[in-house]
Amino acid sequence: MAGMNQETTSHEMGMHTQALKGRDIKTMFSLSEEGTYAYPYAQDVDFNKRTEIDVAEIEATEVNSQIRALMKEGYGTIVLKNPGAKHSLCVGILNRLNLIIEGSLGYFGCGLNDGPNVRVSGRVGWSFAENMMAGVVIVEKNAGSTFGAAIRGGDLVCRGSVGSRTGIDQKGGSILVGGDTGAFTGFMMQRGRMVICGNAGKNLGDSMYDGTIYVGGEIQDLGVDAVPEDLNDMDKAWLTRKLSLYEMLPDKGVDHFTKIVAGKQLWNYDNLEPHEKKIIL
Amino acid sequence: MCGIAGIIHRKGASNIGFEMTNMLQALKHRGPDSTGFAIYGQPEAGEYVLRFKVAEQEELAQGHHFHAVIAERRAQVDALMAEMGVDVTELDEATEYAYRYQIRYDGDLKKFADRLENIEGAEILSIGNALELIKDLGDATVVSGQYGLGDFTGTHGIGHTRMATESDVDIRSAHPYWAYPYNDIAVVHNGQITNYWLMRRKLEREGQRFVSNCDSELLAVYTATNLEKGISLEESLTKSIDEIDGVFTYLVTTKDQLGMAKDTMAAKPMVLYESDDVVALASEEVSIRALIPHEIDTYDPYDEEVRVWQV
Repeated sequence: MAGMNQETTSHEMGMHTQALKGRDIKTMFSLSEEGTYAYPYAQDVDFNKRTEIDVAEIEATEVNSQIRALMKEGYGTIVLKNPGAKHSLCVGILNRLNLIIEGSLGYFGCGLNDGPNVRVSGRVGWSFAENMMAGVVIVEKNAGSTFGAAIRGGDLVCRGSVGSRTGIDQKGGSILVGGDTGAFTGFMMQRGRMVICGNAGKNLGDSMYDGTIYVGGEIQDLGVDAVPEDLNDMDKAWLTRKLSLYEMLPDKGVDHFTKIVAGKQLWNYDNLEPHEKKIIL
Repeated sequence: MCGIAGIIHRKGASNIGFEMTNMLQALKHRGPDSTGFAIYGQPEAGEYVLRFKVAEQEELAQGHHFHAVIAERRAQVDALMAEMGVDVTELDEATEYAYRYQIRYDGDLKKFADRLENIEGAEILSIGNALELIKDLGDATVVSGQYGLGDFTGTHGIGHTRMATESDVDIRSAHPYWAYPYNDIAVVHNGQITNYWLMRRKLEREGQRFVSNCDSELLAVYTATNLEKGISLEESLTKSIDEIDGVFTYLVTTKDQLGMAKDTMAAKPMVLYESDDVVALASEEVSIRALIPHEIDTYDPYDEEVRVWQV
């Protein structure tokens, strides 16, 4: 074994069939490199190029593959007909696209998207638009629980009511709800804004780290470390602009909204190293 | 994970067997281990439908001799019925080990049920005027085909596709659960009950019996105990949210009602569609859409929500 390092040893033992290679972070984010900020699988599409798919008899994975194939052909507007509340449709789209869904989606619809504008004419199931990073997604009817879980950017709109744990772990972007939300809305929210035009269920904003929740109706009760704060002019301006954009601005304006933020009493991290903490304790 | 579904027709009977089969087949991905139906037919006055089994499906694999064991157990059941004065008006062999008897009996139902279950391997799946409870291993199409549910006419029903987690893959642990010894009450449940043993011991001290170690059976016994005390179904469902710990969404059916309750965390799914004619509920909308393919308005009931619908 003399002269063999760990890599050659593991190859000798048959643990690798090929050398592992990859781009390092410096290459990925080199400002001078063209296309640095584009995903490897993002497509260059033309919004004026439109097509329709009837997905009534097609499995979800096949539907998603077809959407990718159409984007590769340059289609920038895709209409999905008869989705029939199927799960996991329209996920992982990483470029700008107009996606029109005529009907309802099941669980995990439009998750992990970065960029597409989506309009759903029906209802959506649990975990809709989970981990969305950019774009605008509008749902015309109701939505299930964990709507917009962990979203990082973009505008996510539901004109109807949504289930429990809306925007759990939200890390950015905006969630706008025209109706009511269930329990634990904004649970562990970390950043971003959420607007509930109707009523909010119990434990609103429980254990939120940061971010802002605006509620137009009644709040059943607040969660741990969620506290009300006065609505300032900037809040009002933002609310008016955002709600007007999606034609959701109430007739009586936005003055009646309650603003909820983190009390920041639960924050248990600081600049101390573990051994320094021990000294203090 | 498990999938649950229920349907109630408000304006007369429908082909409930076919409808429940389609709804449950659409939920197969939530639990492929076993499928169960509790469906309510057109009752004959003064008659009970008794569904029972004398063996588990997998016991047939023990060998050829087991066929004789099954025949012997069934003969014991028949002898017991003759002894207790149970009048069998109709008899149907759904499978080699599970049967449907239509009976007339004026005596103590609990005493009859206890004596029947004293026979080795015998377990009553349900007794009811209208209730027919069918459960077996396999998906909805298989079980429905095996037990001939395709043309069953009735007003309401609930069903369950099971992904076994904390108890075995057998008929005993499959849902729905009949609320022994009260006729026409059945329960399906999706979730985990964390104070199961505490509640079970409490109910056992009150004289209730449990046939399995499945936490969902607790809900059936709990509901039956409440109804026996004169508590309404709606009150029982509401009370359960405080008294039962854990995450759960469950459906209960009685002779003419369908009820649902969702726990305080709203951790388990339920999608609801309500119209003047029909109310359909399921763990996923895709199940309701198996019944109503066109676009419909549905919503998720909220935490601690209790609903009861009447036939």
